[in-house]
Amino acid sequence: MLKVLVAAKRVVDYAAKIRLLPDNSGVDLSTVKMSMNPFCEIAVEEAVKLKEAGKVSEITVMTAGPKQATDVLRTALAMGADKAIHVQVDERTDIHLLPLSVARILRALVLRDKFNLVLLGKQSIDGDNNQTGQILAGLLGWPQATFLNQVTIDNDKIRAVREIDGGLQTLEFAPPAVLTCDLRLNTPRFTAIPAIMKAKKKPIEVLTPESFGINITPDYNTANVEAPAKRKSGVMVENVDQLISKLKNEAKVL
Amino acid sequence: MIRNLVRKTSNLMSGNWDLNVHEQQIQDMALKFSNKELAPKANEWDRDSIFPRDLIKSTAELGFGGMYCSGTYGGSELSRLESSLIYEALSKGCVSFSVYLSVHNMVAWIIDTFADENLKEKYLPGMFAFDKFGAYCLTEPSSGSDAASMRTVAVLEGDYYTINGSKMFITGGAAADVMALMCKTGPKEISCIIVEGNTPGVHFSKNEEKLGWNLHPTNLVSFDNVKIHKSNLVGKPGIGMKIALQGLEGGRINIASCGLGGAWFALEKARDYMENRVQFGSKLSEFQYLRFKMAEAFTKLTTSRVLVRHAAHMVDTKNTDKIPLSSMAKLVATDYCFEIVDMALQMHGGMGVIKSTGIERVFRDLRILKIVEGTNEIMRLIISRSLFHS
Repeated sequence: MLKVLVAAKRVVDYAAKIRLLPDNSGVDLSTVKMSMNPFCEIAVEEAVKLKEAGKVSEITVMTAGPKQATDVLRTALAMGADKAIHVQVDERTDIHLLPLSVARILRALVLRDKFNLVLLGKQSIDGDNNQTGQILAGLLGWPQATFLNQVTIDNDKIRAVREIDGGLQTLEFAPPAVLTCDLRLNTPRFTAIPAIMKAKKKPIEVLTPESFGINITPDYNTANVEAPAKRKSGVMVENVDQLISKLKNEAKVL
Repeated sequence: MIRNLVRKTSNLMSGNWDLNVHEQQIQDMALKFSNKELAPKANEWDRDSIFPRDLIKSTAELGFGGMYCSGTYGGSELSRLESSLIYEALSKGCVSFSVYLSVHNMVAWIIDTFADENLKEKYLPGMFAFDKFGAYCLTEPSSGSDAASMRTVAVLEGDYYTINGSKMFITGGAAADVMALMCKTGPKEISCIIVEGNTPGVHFSKNEEKLGWNLHPTNLVSFDNVKIHKSNLVGKPGIGMKIALQGLEGGRINIASCGLGGAWFALEKARDYMENRVQFGSKLSEFQYLRFKMAEAFTKLTTSRVLVRHAAHMVDTKNTDKIPLSSMAKLVATDYCFEIVDMALQMHGGMGVIKSTGIERVFRDLRILKIVEGTNEIMRLIISRSLFHS
């Protein structure tokens, strides 16, 4: 049976209205609602479903983030994870904690605790990098299946259906593996009150990147964050020739 | 400077500026459910008077069937404060849904607190699972605030009570499987008897057409020589008024919490509307008079929240002043929250009148809160008793 590590990130709530900091260095996080990244939630849900199906023996959920990131761990524990690891990082995880650093931390945990399946969201909705799972698989030398639409495990074989531009692609491979989850994989459960109560007793181990000798200093910095240009009103054209001319010469898309 | 201050409303608007981690988790969970399952459908349920049985039943596995009941038969063992957070969050999506849940939970609590083990075993697991829906029968055509003047009688003959009378304005009546019935078992003796909805002699009127609360049915329930075995008596004869009054302590908190949720919905909507609507070259949020109206409303909401949550905690800790405090909380929250929704409706201008905005539904739903669970006039009566000696 598989021992699963699920990573969950604390990000700006998907429905929150965000504002930029006055110096354009990033989003103003001081008052905005934070939640578990929706794709991470889907990853947690899938891990729990696999455990309920008897394919997974134990689920550990981890997060790399500030002290408040424990809410994300508690939610995952209430959804059905067995234990949690909090890798405390005080820098802004939307700007200063890069996918490569997270992948290194995850690799360190995998090597320490001998997980043989890692489930991640396909990307986080703050950085939208879509890199961590892929980098991790590379660092570990493990097979990866990203953008999962469906996953089944039978006789120690993983059957993963991926959403790709051309449609759905099915891969079959043996664990250990890294899987990243996409929107339609499942619908995360609401956390029930009894589960929330039970989760209070589940253990949370606190570590730092330094615990593994990992330096998370980013090797690139975010120079500027701007709001997208405000939508301008359209222009009426007289005929097709005018339309083509505008598309060619003004919008420069032809 | 002002912009920075305005931005810092996220936690204050959500009422979670001082919740602990555990309380926050509970509010988050309830809010998630409310936003996903209640908010999108509330207008439709109100318009078409739809009672979403299946959805209500699905909340059983979340633990909503017995929020503050003990764990012995499967209750969720939450405090009144934690339950208040849930009712508030649910009410933000649909007031009527939250109100119904609070009634069901009160009935479950009555059985959990006062009934013997046989009765608990008979009804609680089913109620917690929402296999059995609850209703609470106290009010009659001739007795509302003057509950003790009720005329429904239960006469004990051998092992059976014969019940005759009628109860009015019963929330969830026609949907009820388990009714907690308050009735006279003696000339000055009021008792609580559990009557199942399909017992011969129990008749439900047609669903009342109401100002609001249109999700759940409200009925006149008549009892025509209904025979109930004496084992369905809750506790012992004569403790009916005690059960009713103790139930109401928590009931007031729940109803007040439903008010909070409705006001939260309306205030947030008004805030968002004001940040988009432009008239005379400025956003509505830039006119000082309108800002001040919103500031007053925000203060009323926060005041109500503080009092309701404090009163909930006083009920939890069985504080000697829990009765006047819970009455004050109900009075303040229901009055203030209705005022907040009324202001929010006005702030929306014509859009406030349009049903799809949702505010007029909450306006109607919240108006009812001033009347139920003890009218606000009775609240004043109770509060005055803690003031004056005579």
